[in-house]
Order: sequence, then structure tokens, then C-alpha cells
Amino acid sequence: MLEAQSGVRAPARWQDFVQLLKPRVMSLVVFTGLTGLVASGQPIHPVLAAVAILCIAVGAGASGALNMWYDADIDAKMRRTRGRPVPAGRVQGADAAGLGVVLSLFSVMLMGMALNWLAAGLLAFTIVFYAVVYTMWLKRSTAQNIVIGGLAGALPPVIGWAAATGEAPLNAWLLCAIIFIWTPPHFWALSLYTSEDYARAGVPMMPVVSGAASTRRQILAYSLILAPLGVLPAFTGLGGVAYLSVSVGGGLVLLLLAARLFRSRAGESADPRNDDGLYDVRAAAKDARNLFAFSILYLTLLFATLLVEHVVGLPPMELF
Amino acid sequence: MSDPKRETEVDAKARRGRNVALALGLVLFVALVFVVTIVRLGGNVALRPL
Repeated sequence: MLEAQSGVRAPARWQDFVQLLKPRVMSLVVFTGLTGLVASGQPIHPVLAAVAILCIAVGAGASGALNMWYDADIDAKMRRTRGRPVPAGRVQGADAAGLGVVLSLFSVMLMGMALNWLAAGLLAFTIVFYAVVYTMWLKRSTAQNIVIGGLAGALPPVIGWAAATGEAPLNAWLLCAIIFIWTPPHFWALSLYTSEDYARAGVPMMPVVSGAASTRRQILAYSLILAPLGVLPAFTGLGGVAYLSVSVGGGLVLLLLAARLFRSRAGESADPRNDDGLYDVRAAAKDARNLFAFSILYLTLLFATLLVEHVVGLPPMELF
Repeated sequence: MSDPKRETEVDAKARRGRNVALALGLVLFVALVFVVTIVRLGGNVALRPL
């Protein structure tokens, strides 16, 4: 076995291979994929629905393993990621890559044979986009990395919808657009208080390249687009009264937190000549943390409300 | 000083765990393909001309 070679500290356990699949990311992808599948309104055999969600989950896990293989050098330099199986030396990079390729093939082929080839094609595109376009190219070359790369995380509702219906209509792409526009303010809020890590690893995240003030301005701009976009499904025959209430309320809180962050000094280094400077910066980091935490809750609430409305059978809004 | 015998046992235990996980994964995949085949076949069998 490769693990037995020198330079590897401990033998790989099966749990290490599970960790390569990024289970927490997987759970978000499963949730949004399931929402797309259910919101399509198309009756589907429960076994086939479960297989579709499993394929989305395994495909996401495969992307995660490929990402951990390719990014091991970056991961080793960052506090948040240095304990991952490959940089920690518990799993060989080649084994992580092998797992990613095999699971990609299995998930796409099973999706095609069990459901349909549109869903399988979208799943394959998502895996390649995340592993090749985002991980191997965008992440190390542009500050727009998570903006464009966010498409991979935004596609699962479309895959779920396509798995159930064999089609990808505008409402499915609307769910995709919500996650796509949500990604930049979510990740940039996080990177405002972890930018030292990214700078050390040489990853051109927005605060590292354009500075904290520009990042806070862009977070506010994306939030101004996201809040109304999040309400839109209530007017396209997708969401009902509950969705309208949650999306309006959540959008207002999101805007409030983004405005607070915009006015703060989050991501800036303290002015050594000013005793209050350090306190200001620490207080501002809290504003960034608040927006980061709420952005997760916001997206979860939007999709959970949509999911519950369709499972319970609540009617969508009737405008005319 | 590390104990080579103990390291071997740890290696063997880890390898056994990986093998069991791989076997379970393969069995699950085979079972999944079988169930999907039955589900997809079921509807078509009911629709076939007599």
C-alpha cells in the first residue's frame, strides 16, 4: 500500500477517506438538491429520488476529494485546513485523486442510468467545473475565484429538478441564481477575518487583492442584489405566502448586517498610533462573523421554507 | 523508541477497516443497481403488450 511508504505519519483509516468527501459541504448540497427535486412538483418514485440525491451527494464528495488532492500545498499553509488528511500525511495525494475520479464516474453513470442523462450531464459539468475550472485554475489566479467558481455550488437544485423532470426550466435556474449571488457575500465575510491565512497561502481572495474596504463595498452590492432575488420565487409560481414572508424578513436582516459590515473596519489592521484602533478592528470582525453566520441561516431558511411548502402542499402565490 | 510490532498491528487494523468500508460500498452499489433495475423495469413490465 502507498500509505506504508516513508513520510506518512499514520496509516489511513476509512474515516480519513470520508473526510476527503467534505461531509459538511455535502450536506448543504444534498439539501439544495433535494429542494430542487421536490420543488419541481413532478411525482417521482421514492427509490429513484433517493438515488438522485445520493448521486448528487457522492458527486459533490468526489469534487471535494479532487480539491483536497490538488490543493494539499495550499491547505498545509492554512490553519483552517492543515489538519485535512492529505496535508496531515494520513492519505497519499494519489489515493485522494483516485477516490475522486472513481466516485465521479460512479455517481454520473448511476445518475444517467437510474434517472436521466440531462441530470447526469449537469452533475458531470458540476464536478469538472469545481475540480478543474475552480480548483486548478480560478482559485490561484483571480480574486473573482469564488464568484465564478460559486456556480458549482449553485447547480445542485438544477440537477435535482432535472433528475425529477428531465428538464431544467427557468424556476430551477432561479434557485441556482440565488445560491450563485449568495456565495460572494458569504465567503468574503469569512475571508475578511481569515485573510491572513489566505495571504500566507498565496490565494488571491478579494480582501488580500483589493483590500478590506473594497471587499465590504462589494459584499453590500451583492447583498443588494441578493435580497430582492431571494424574494423572486414568490412571484414565479414557486413560493407561497410563507416563502414571501421569510424571504422578505431574511432579506431585510441580511441587508442590515451587510450595511453594518460596510460601515465597519472589518478586515483592516489596527492603527498602532491609535489605542482605540485595535478595539475598532476587533469589534468590526464581529460584524463580519455576524453576516457570515446569518448568510448560512438565510439560505437555509429560504430553501427549507420552499421545501416545506411543497412537501405539505401549500399553494404558490397567485398574482392574478 | 517505537515498537515495530505495535505499528504493524495498527497498520493491519487500519487496512482491515478500509477493506471492510470498501466491501460495504461495493455491496451497497450492487444492491442499488439491482433495486433501480427492478423499479425501472416494474413500470415497463406492466405496460408491455400481452
